[in-house]
Amino acid sequence: MDTLYLIIVLAPLFGALVAGFLGGKIGRSGAHGVSIFGVGISCVLSLYVLKRFIFDGQAVFNGTVYTWMVVEGVRFEIGFLIDRLTALMMSVVSFVSLMVHIYTIGYMADDEHNWPKESLAGRNSYQRFFAYISLFTFSMLMLVMSNNFLQLFFGWEAVGLVSYLLIGFWAARESAVFANLKAFLVNRVGDFGFILGIALVAMYFHSLDYQTVFAQAPALADVSVSIWGDQQWSLMTLIGVLLFVGAMGKSAQIPLHVWLPDSMEGPTPISALIHAATMVTAGIFMVARMSPLYELSETALSLVLVVGATTAFFMGLIGLVQNDIKRVIAYSTLSQLGYMVAALGVSAYAAGIFHLMTHAFFKALLFLAAGSVIIALHHDQNIRNMGGLRKYMPITWITFLIGTLALIGFPGFSGFFSKDAIIEAVQLSQISGAGYAWALLTAGVFITSLYSFRLYFLVFHGKERMDESTRHHLHETPPVVWVPLVLLAVPSVFIGWMSIEPLLFGDWFQKVIHVEPAHDVLGHLSEHYTGQLALIGHGLMAWPFWLALAGFGTAWWLYLREPRLAERVKEKLAWPVRILENKYGFDAFYQTVFAAGSRGIGQILWVAGDRVLIDGLAVNGSAHTLGWFARWMRGIQSGYLYHYAIAMILGLVGLLALFVTF
Amino acid sequence: MQSMLPVLSLTIWLPILGGMAVLTSGDKPPSITKWLALIVSLLTFAVSLLLWTGFEPSAEMQFVERLPWIPPLGAEYYLGVDGISMPLILLTTFVTVFVIIAAWEVITYRPSYYLAAFLIMEGLMVGVFAALDALLFYVFWEAMLIPMFLIIGIWGGPNRVYATIKFFLYTFFGSVFMLVALIYLRLQADSFSILDFHNTFLGEQEQLLIFLAFLAAFAVKVPMWPVHTWLPDAHVEAPTGGSVILAAIMLKIGGYGFLRFSLPIAPDASAALDWLIILMSLVAVVYIGFVALVQQDMKKLIAYSSIAHMGFVTLGFFIAFGIFRKTQIDEGVTLGLAGGMVQMISHGFISGALFLCVGVLYDRLHSREIASYGGVIHTMPVFGGLLLFFAMANAGLPGTSGFVGEFMVILASFRAEPWYAVLAATTLILGAAYTLWMVKRVLFGPVANEAVANLQDANGRERFVLIVLALAVLVLGVWPDPLVTVMEPSIQDLADHIRVSKFAATPLTAAQF
Repeated sequence: MDTLYLIIVLAPLFGALVAGFLGGKIGRSGAHGVSIFGVGISCVLSLYVLKRFIFDGQAVFNGTVYTWMVVEGVRFEIGFLIDRLTALMMSVVSFVSLMVHIYTIGYMADDEHNWPKESLAGRNSYQRFFAYISLFTFSMLMLVMSNNFLQLFFGWEAVGLVSYLLIGFWAARESAVFANLKAFLVNRVGDFGFILGIALVAMYFHSLDYQTVFAQAPALADVSVSIWGDQQWSLMTLIGVLLFVGAMGKSAQIPLHVWLPDSMEGPTPISALIHAATMVTAGIFMVARMSPLYELSETALSLVLVVGATTAFFMGLIGLVQNDIKRVIAYSTLSQLGYMVAALGVSAYAAGIFHLMTHAFFKALLFLAAGSVIIALHHDQNIRNMGGLRKYMPITWITFLIGTLALIGFPGFSGFFSKDAIIEAVQLSQISGAGYAWALLTAGVFITSLYSFRLYFLVFHGKERMDESTRHHLHETPPVVWVPLVLLAVPSVFIGWMSIEPLLFGDWFQKVIHVEPAHDVLGHLSEHYTGQLALIGHGLMAWPFWLALAGFGTAWWLYLREPRLAERVKEKLAWPVRILENKYGFDAFYQTVFAAGSRGIGQILWVAGDRVLIDGLAVNGSAHTLGWFARWMRGIQSGYLYHYAIAMILGLVGLLALFVTF
Repeated sequence: MQSMLPVLSLTIWLPILGGMAVLTSGDKPPSITKWLALIVSLLTFAVSLLLWTGFEPSAEMQFVERLPWIPPLGAEYYLGVDGISMPLILLTTFVTVFVIIAAWEVITYRPSYYLAAFLIMEGLMVGVFAALDALLFYVFWEAMLIPMFLIIGIWGGPNRVYATIKFFLYTFFGSVFMLVALIYLRLQADSFSILDFHNTFLGEQEQLLIFLAFLAAFAVKVPMWPVHTWLPDAHVEAPTGGSVILAAIMLKIGGYGFLRFSLPIAPDASAALDWLIILMSLVAVVYIGFVALVQQDMKKLIAYSSIAHMGFVTLGFFIAFGIFRKTQIDEGVTLGLAGGMVQMISHGFISGALFLCVGVLYDRLHSREIASYGGVIHTMPVFGGLLLFFAMANAGLPGTSGFVGEFMVILASFRAEPWYAVLAATTLILGAAYTLWMVKRVLFGPVANEAVANLQDANGRERFVLIVLALAVLVLGVWPDPLVTVMEPSIQDLADHIRVSKFAATPLTAAQF
């Protein structure tokens, strides 16, 4: 069994190494062949593992691969914990990754145009891209399959590294290399909290192994820690908050969300894979994995809930004013991540993971479909230059529509099941902040529908606003591009229907995710559950559906029926629109306070501290003093006999005086 | 198993004698000189490997050689290694090989002198790590300054005279105090053996003075804030090889000094003054992190980054007492000490490689200014990939050696005082910021100017050197266990030793601190 898991992680690594180091020799088809082969193996075997959990009653696997380090008898290990949560994540990650790999063949086919002609880095960039996305798959699998905090952090930073490499993939573009540095640094702020959380775990649990830690957690529930002076903090709250800071970075929650929209500078396939479907959900996965710890701190859970709900609503609003097709979807991702995080906050971990899964499919679909549009329009991403594309790109159109319906939670589509579950769970929750969160999440449904259909109408319906030569060349993208769309559209429709019962109301996550009885909102929900159809029927009469419909209607009215009205509304609402266009000022604030601020501090410390005080005053100052003293001494040694004679006489007199007086 | 060969003597004298041979060979023809130097360094490395293979995992001194040297003074030719010094010796012999290769076509002015200086310095540095006699240690310690002084003074940059004088005076200033302390200890212990010093009874006042004397010497060497300003100047003026040796090995001698002298000889003073060292270390991490951010010169930036990284070393060493005080147990002490050691080895690889990278660029454009570059990745993709790798290692990316030591020290320092860990962990942000911002400006973006457009990618020799170092960084990051296993008995022994007060000869209780 051990080897099976090893193959699952190592196959993509193998593909990455071959494509990366031998890319020049094996050529393009060699590179995409070997990396697709590697990820394909991972995908098939992951699905096999999932199947064994579903049908064969597979037992949890927890084993060590090798010992990283032993100090003071504490073992730091690399190993796998394969349970139902892991199996699900492995399947989602490797499946989406495989789709993206295939799609990339089409998307990156003419990548040489994205590089300056003479750039050597531009040669074999196609192969390198495949190496990176395979490396990403390896890292992400290591992250989800880990059985300890150390390896979790390894995977956590490794996916961050690949994200950095891929956002800045087109290294000649200033905006891309700015965005990747920003992404890495903002994530490092999150990791700063994360590693302190890990340190706290190591200190109190004497182990970084999940099962050991989780088993001890209830015994340590009432421990408190003093951090500053006499102030006492609950250990579990502190651990929960610190680990969540890491999740805020990786899963782009307010206030560490600023890197995700900029990450759209990377090629579209990775926006789908890394910045929508998998990496950004690592934070959600992590919190769900740590449920035995989070359950012990309502304070931490409340924080999680409030941050998630705030992100869900306010980031959705920004999506309304974006004109770059990828950025609209990026803000939608932020907002949906907020929904997942909010679910975690009310202990509906299963609902969070459920939405993570449905979202992985339909958001990857939306991004890849957007990429298909971008290919067709020769890398123009501005939706004001689109319109009426449904005639030219029917497959892209239909799949995009499916993705949109899933996103807004249209009854029956996958997103409906997962999002409704979250909203209902929040409604039932007693935890502080639940009322606030419920209001924002429900209102968020309207916003989601509005920005989604605004995008949909502006791209696929209405006037064709592209220039004539572009319009002339419009056609559906090749099969390597649209086949993955179709393959992703299938789960986008059906996966919710298929998996809601076991995931939310069945025993799939039993003993994997721990929920205190007092927090068990999903348990409450399940009492009323009578099947998917009933749920759809219920959904058709509930608030969220009507709000989504209202969003659809508004979008239709404003952007299709009366486009001029949209302009007028925008003028009337100039002030709030400006706030949204400035993204609430986060970027400007961080840029001036943190980026420029730290450079300022650095400059002051360097000039005032190092150069003036230490070097100027202490080092060179003492050298100068010494030199001055030496010059003075030299003056005394004049060489004239009578000077010395006088000095001797004065000295004698002085000594005599001394002896006489005492 | 004790080898029949005098391995340590060989590792010391082979490069010194070899260096003499290189020196006398003159530069006719230069290629013979270079090959001779390379062979000597390779042989030395091969001999030093015997230390690893023959090493028993215990705290005992091994490969001991003990002969009378200056009997009237009681000084002996006394060598030996434990788990602390052995890895540092290997680091020295390993890095020297690459310094020799890196000099190959680059040094055109009197290459024989240059290479000889490095070989002789290698022997002297190994001597510092291997000496168990304090006088012998002191002789190696001071002698090692001379070749470095010459390397910077002869092959250095335009402002080399200021830099060498500053370097020499700074370090000499520190060592004078150390000499006084060593003489005092000799009188107390009636022996120059460092191991005897460890067990010599010392009063409170004496320990404090001795501790401060050692601090003066080692803090300058590490260098710790605020006696660090010689380092950026020395690095900027030094030729590439000089910078590599300086960063990779010489700084480690300061850290080694704390472990070999300060902590075991003056444990009570160390406990009393640990706040001072911790303060200096944390200032190094945070203050120097900010200072590194605004450097315009690549070498200065890496020099400042070295100071910040060495802050982790001294932090890891001195949190021990805080852990005793706070938790009454010594869990975490070994972790911190070992973390500091791992950080030293790792920093040897990473900083050495980064200085080699700057050297590769400098050899081409004769500029170390970040602003002279931009978009280098387009003309030097292989070099760019390697530089990015080392930059990530410098930023402490897990999977590279840069992560291991930092991780261990952060974990351990949390036990002493959580906010130590908080301040130390800022390096996650600051370290990434200054390193990757430099990388962004040098490697990425459009090609900045004509000179960059005409750059040639790293040649085979440069690639070889950097790739081997990259592998070392990777292996240590993915599997640090062998290194930690080798060190742990000696470190455990040290941890046990420093818990015992020299006044009472009983384990310290919290009240006594």
